[in-house]
Amino acid sequence: MTKVWVYADVGESGTVNSGALELLTKARSMDGAEVSAVALGPGATEAAAKLGEHGAATVYASDDAVYADHLAQPAAHALHGLIQEHQPNLVLFGLTYPSRDVAGRLQALTGSTLMSNATDLVDAGKAQTQIFGGTKIVDVALGGPDPKLVLFRPKSFPAEPGGGTAEVVPVNAEIGDDLKVATRTERHEEAATGPKLEDAAVVISGGRGLQEAGNFKLLDELAALISKSAVGATRAVVDSGWVPYSYQVGQTGKTVKPSVYIAVGISGATQHLVGMKEAKRIIAINKDPEAPIFKLADLGVVGDALKVIPALTEEIKSRKG
Amino acid sequence: MNVVVLSKFVPNPEGVPELGDDNLIKREGVEGALDPGDEFGVEAGLQLAEASGGEVTVISMGPDAGATQAIRKALSMGAAKAVLITDPQLKGSDALVTAKVLAAAIKKQEFDVVIAGVESTDGYTGTLPMTIAELLGLPALSFAKHIEQADGKLTIQRQTETGYDVVECPTPAVITVTAGANSPRYPTLKGIMQAKSKPVDQLDVAGLGLSGEDVTPSQTVEAVNPAPEKAAGEVIEDDGSAAKRIADLLSEAKVI
Repeated sequence: MTKVWVYADVGESGTVNSGALELLTKARSMDGAEVSAVALGPGATEAAAKLGEHGAATVYASDDAVYADHLAQPAAHALHGLIQEHQPNLVLFGLTYPSRDVAGRLQALTGSTLMSNATDLVDAGKAQTQIFGGTKIVDVALGGPDPKLVLFRPKSFPAEPGGGTAEVVPVNAEIGDDLKVATRTERHEEAATGPKLEDAAVVISGGRGLQEAGNFKLLDELAALISKSAVGATRAVVDSGWVPYSYQVGQTGKTVKPSVYIAVGISGATQHLVGMKEAKRIIAINKDPEAPIFKLADLGVVGDALKVIPALTEEIKSRKG
Repeated sequence: MNVVVLSKFVPNPEGVPELGDDNLIKREGVEGALDPGDEFGVEAGLQLAEASGGEVTVISMGPDAGATQAIRKALSMGAAKAVLITDPQLKGSDALVTAKVLAAAIKKQEFDVVIAGVESTDGYTGTLPMTIAELLGLPALSFAKHIEQADGKLTIQRQTETGYDVVECPTPAVITVTAGANSPRYPTLKGIMQAKSKPVDQLDVAGLGLSGEDVTPSQTVEAVNPAPEKAAGEVIEDDGSAAKRIADLLSEAKVI
C-alpha cells in the first residue's frame, strides 16, 4: 500500500486551491493508494468535505489562524510532525505560493527529495516534467528516504469529484514563538473584472509586440466584445510594469487551457509557452515570421498587431450587427 | 545591514539551453549570463546595504567559468566581495544538495539578510531559498515585490494570487525577490574595472565541511523523450483580410 498525501491550500471560507483537487483525483486513481489530505489554516475543516469528495479518505485539519498569519514556518513544522507520526510515502503539492514555501521548508526537515514543476506521476518513485516549452518530457526517478515531495504544475490532471467523504482528524501541533516570526499585517486584493484568467473561455494575451503599455487597451476593447474572455500578458511586459502580475501567463504565472488563446505580439519564449500551450486553439499575431509561437499556432498571422487587433474588433462588431 | 545575495549562472537565459549526453543542462563551455531573475536580487541587496551602511556578498555555485561570470556581473553592479563554490562532485546536484551547499557557505558569512530570486530561469524549482531558510533556522519573506527596512525590521509586499500581502519580520531573515521588484542598475565602467580587484573566495565541498554523502543527489533523470508534436497550423501574411480569418475561427469555436 502506498500512502499518498496531498497538501491543500485552503481559504478562510473553506475554498480549496484547484490544484489540490486535481492531485486528489490523480491520487485516488493510483493502485493501492491510501489517500489523505492535509489542510492548515482558517477554513480547513470546512474544506474537508470537498477534499473528501475528490478522494481524501482522511483530512488532517486545523483552523488555527497561526498557519495563515505566519508564513510557512508553522505549516511546515506541523506537516513534518504529521509525517513523522503517519509515515506517508508521497506528499503532493500544487505549485501555489504558500505550498512552494511549505514544501521547500519541509524538505530541510525531512531530508527527502523534492521535485518541482511535475506534470505527471508515473508511480510512487517516478514523476515526469516537461522542459523547453513542453517539447521534451523528462522522466525523473525519486530516490532517497520517504516521503518524496512532488510539486505539480496547475491543470496537470482534471479535478473530478468521486463522491467520497473524509474522516476529519484534528491537528493539534504545538507552534512555538520561534516559528511565528514573519507576520502578515495587511491583505490587499486587486479589483478584477470579468472571469479569472484560469476560467476564461477566450484568453487574449499581449507581449512586447504591443510596443507600449497604452496599447493594452486594444486588447481590453476586443475582450469587451467576447463573453467569458480575459486579458493576459507575458512576463516581459509584466516585468516592465505595463500590467499587474495577476495578468501573467506562463511558467511564473497562470496556466490556462481556454477554448481559444490569442497571442498578440508574443514571440513565444519557453517561459510563456508552458502556461498556454494546452489551449484548444491558438491564434498568434506577430510581425516576425520566425517567432516560435507560430509553431504552436492553429492560425498564425504575420502582421502588425496594432492594425490586426482593431480590425478584428471592428469585424466582430459588424458581425454582431 | 550586511546582505548575502545568491546568484546563478544560467546558460542562454533568453533561449533554449542545450542538454548534454547525461541529460543534464550543459553548463560548461556554453554562452550564458547571471540569471536575469538574480539581477533583481542583487539590486535589492545593494539598496538595503547602501541605505544602512553595510555591504553585499554574492555567493554562486557552479562550474568555474560560468559562476565567475555571474559573480563578476554582481561585483560590477556593486557587491563588495564574492564566494565561488565549485567542485566536480556538485555536477547534477538536486535541490536539497544545492540548499545544503549554499547554507554551509552562508553560515561562514556575517549577514543580516539573505536574498535570492524566487526561482531560476533554467530549472524553475522555486523552493531552494525556503529550504535554505529552514536549514539556517531563519524566517523568510517570500515573493517580495517591494522591500522596506526600518529599525532592524524588514517589511515587504508579498505577491499573492489576487493582490499582495504586507508581511514583516526582524532580521536575520531570508527574502525572495520577484522579477520586476526593482530596476536593476547597469554596471558602470568604473564598477566593471573595480570588480576585477574585488576578493573572490573559492571553496569546494570539503572546504565547506561537507561530506561526499551530503552532496549525493537523490533525484536522477532517467530519460528525456520528445513530446508528441502538434500538427502544424496555417500561417498567413496579413493582407488586410486576417481579421476576417480570425473572426471566422472564433465563430467556428463558438466563442462569438
